[in-house]
Amino acid sequence: MRRVLRLLASQEAVLLLTLITLFVVVGSINPRYIAERNLYSIFLGNAYIAVAAIGMTMVIISGNIDISVGSLIGVLATISGTMAVSGVPIILCWLAPVVFGVLISSITGFLVAYLRIPSIVVTLGMLSILKGGLIAVTGGAWINDLPDGYALAQLKPFGVPMPIYFMVVLTIVAALWMRHTATGRSIYAVGGNAEAARLSGISKRRTIMTVFAVHGAFVGIAAVLFATQLSVIQSTVPPNLELTIITASVVGGVSILGGTGTVIGSTLAAVLLAAIGSSLIFINVSPYWLRAVQGMMILLTVLADLYRRRRQGLVK
Amino acid sequence: MIAATHAPLNTDNKPVLSLQNISKSFPGVKALQNVSFSINTGEVHALLGENGAGKSTLIKIISGVYQPDSNPDNSLSKHKRTADDTSKIQLDGITVNLDSPRTAQKHGIATIYQELLLYPELSVAENIFMGHAPRTRFGTLDWTKTRQLAREQLASLDIHDLHVDQQVGSLSVGNRQRVEIAKALSQNARILIMDEPTAALTGTDVERLFRIVDLLRQRDVGVIYISHRLEEIFTLADRVTVLRDGATVGTRDVSDTTEDLLINMMVGRTISELYPKQPSVIGAPVLELENVTRAPLTKSISLCLRRGEILGLAGLVGSGRSELAQTIFGITPAQSGKIIHKDRPVSIKSPAKAVELGIAYVPEDRSTQGLIREMRISENTSMAVLKELSNATLIDTKAEQLLADQSIKKFAIRASSSEQLVEKLSGGNQQKVVLGKWMASRPEVLIMDEPTRGIDVGAKAEIHRLMSELACQGMAVLMISSELPEIMGMSDTIAVMREGELVATFDAADATQEQIASAMMGSGTTTRTAAAGDEAVTAIHGTASSQPGIDP
Repeated sequence: MRRVLRLLASQEAVLLLTLITLFVVVGSINPRYIAERNLYSIFLGNAYIAVAAIGMTMVIISGNIDISVGSLIGVLATISGTMAVSGVPIILCWLAPVVFGVLISSITGFLVAYLRIPSIVVTLGMLSILKGGLIAVTGGAWINDLPDGYALAQLKPFGVPMPIYFMVVLTIVAALWMRHTATGRSIYAVGGNAEAARLSGISKRRTIMTVFAVHGAFVGIAAVLFATQLSVIQSTVPPNLELTIITASVVGGVSILGGTGTVIGSTLAAVLLAAIGSSLIFINVSPYWLRAVQGMMILLTVLADLYRRRRQGLVK
Repeated sequence: MIAATHAPLNTDNKPVLSLQNISKSFPGVKALQNVSFSINTGEVHALLGENGAGKSTLIKIISGVYQPDSNPDNSLSKHKRTADDTSKIQLDGITVNLDSPRTAQKHGIATIYQELLLYPELSVAENIFMGHAPRTRFGTLDWTKTRQLAREQLASLDIHDLHVDQQVGSLSVGNRQRVEIAKALSQNARILIMDEPTAALTGTDVERLFRIVDLLRQRDVGVIYISHRLEEIFTLADRVTVLRDGATVGTRDVSDTTEDLLINMMVGRTISELYPKQPSVIGAPVLELENVTRAPLTKSISLCLRRGEILGLAGLVGSGRSELAQTIFGITPAQSGKIIHKDRPVSIKSPAKAVELGIAYVPEDRSTQGLIREMRISENTSMAVLKELSNATLIDTKAEQLLADQSIKKFAIRASSSEQLVEKLSGGNQQKVVLGKWMASRPEVLIMDEPTRGIDVGAKAEIHRLMSELACQGMAVLMISSELPEIMGMSDTIAVMREGELVATFDAADATQEQIASAMMGSGTTTRTAAAGDEAVTAIHGTASSQPGIDP
């Protein structure tokens, strides 16, 4: 019984219950909200955010952050699209963002782990380099005339949109990896108490390098989903994309100080944020309120976390 | 060290500050019990005692940081109670309530802590007059006057080589300390507390400090002087008060006492029955150090850790014991010298390498170095053996669980289950989790830095029992402790460090607390010439020799 209660008090359970409540309440006001078509469109346009948030969650758990993630998605999507337009085999166009994502994110990881520059500073620099470089190279032009068969995200095996498969499978794999491998445990350990982890023989540098490299792979997959969801690729990614991704991680229950959190939480939070965004339309609220709602959710989550910690006597 | 000339004593004066029957408790600890202390104008009064004797608590009460316990009745049950037994603090014979550092400052009590509290970005003058700079008619700060007063203040302390516009951050430690003293005097301090002022100073700076202290004495300032260096007390102080275990042992005129007597007063503790050390068989060397050096606090250390032996490492705080442990464990790798692991020279460049060699390190500070507080017990106990626990790629959860359950049972950790977060455990139980973590890696060498600091008596005895058991099973243990009874009670061999050097080793069976204490403080027990240097104590490098104990 206590186990059940503790499970219900977890961030994941709270998010899931909120999500169900949202579907029930808004669905009863406007049944079109929970129609299959709308549910799929919620996932289709937002699954890539959930996938990127998996990597982000790992980075934050390790005690770091990546604010360049939005620009990185833009760069990787453009690389993929440019390759596709110039006739490179489509499978390579799908793989390239993952490879480049790992490479670029590893550079960030190297600067953080070995040169000990705070990740917020490194990724602030990366943000400008990537965003500036992208606009300078593409001139802000969109990529049209993508070849047939490129639109991975528009596939619907068994009638379910492809991004949903990616989101669910990657979340499960990442959750298992974080919870059941030595490397995953090291990420929690380094974020929880880097000094104690180091004294236990865990290499902080290697762990941080790994976390950024893995994060880069998730960002690469997110970029493919983003690039293939429409028939054009906008070289300007949605504004504040990195903030949306970080919001998903934080609302998902990851401690911004590192050491705690789960990728399941961040995926649920990403879905919840998308569902809230969509619901505003169905209950006739200006979509501009979405940002305000997101902000409120961040503060609520952090307050709830603070309350929990205070009850445990962690902070005064 | 050169003696500053003694000014005439002012011992006839009435006390400017007197404390009577001061007690102070913290949860679980009685830091001070019925301590009385007084200081006269123009007197240098030294405060002496081991680590944890209560010196810091006492000066924090005088400087208003702590308030003494208001109800002394409980602690007086054994004494017959008279009117004089009430706890009070008096300044010039008037009872005062020093309820905050600010109040103490207003009463003319200033403290110079070991870590100087200056603003490095600001100038000397700005620092001296921080918070009470003179104002102009218009209420703005009067910089001309501030600088002039600062110059006067420095000149009155015979300091002529400091410019008032210099940035404090660019000054040497000695000069910064002079600025602190000038700052205290600019607030009309009548009582100046100096906490180990010479700890960070070198020769000439020490001499200048002594001259300044002499000047203060002439200006009728009462100086409370804390130092571990006995020769300084004999050079500077008029009286000395010795604290031990939170109680006053006695106050003596310096002219009527000797170093032997003071050391006796400091250490005269009895070794309680709390330390059930079992005799163990001492075997072959596991780890040998030869002239291991790492600047600044590990200077050419040679010692040997043998199977079944507990080597107690004694020394004052700052003598380089923890630094040595960290060098052995690869946190701050050695810069020169040899480390031999079972007859093979090794280089330990990282904690990971040390763990691989079977070395375990239980650090001084559990919460910042030993544990990950927001993780479960099971996750903490498997921390050092994650690789061994992983079959192929996944961590073997069953094995991890078993490991945690075993260590909960073996170390009698009081927890609801191995799933409990370690942050919810008491200090003693947390320490046992750290031990459990290291035992999981089946080490051959166990380094424990202050293993029982801050844990209650019962848990302490259990930790000692465990250490003893581990030694009996053939583990080599290096125990760093600031508690002499613990050193005396647990060790087979005792090594003493001072200022980064290994200055003496003793066979625990025939060492006395006095011998160890004088080696720690760098004074001979039989002569007063100790100040001459390290030679006063038998300096031994290399306890790997076949005779473990050599009497100084």
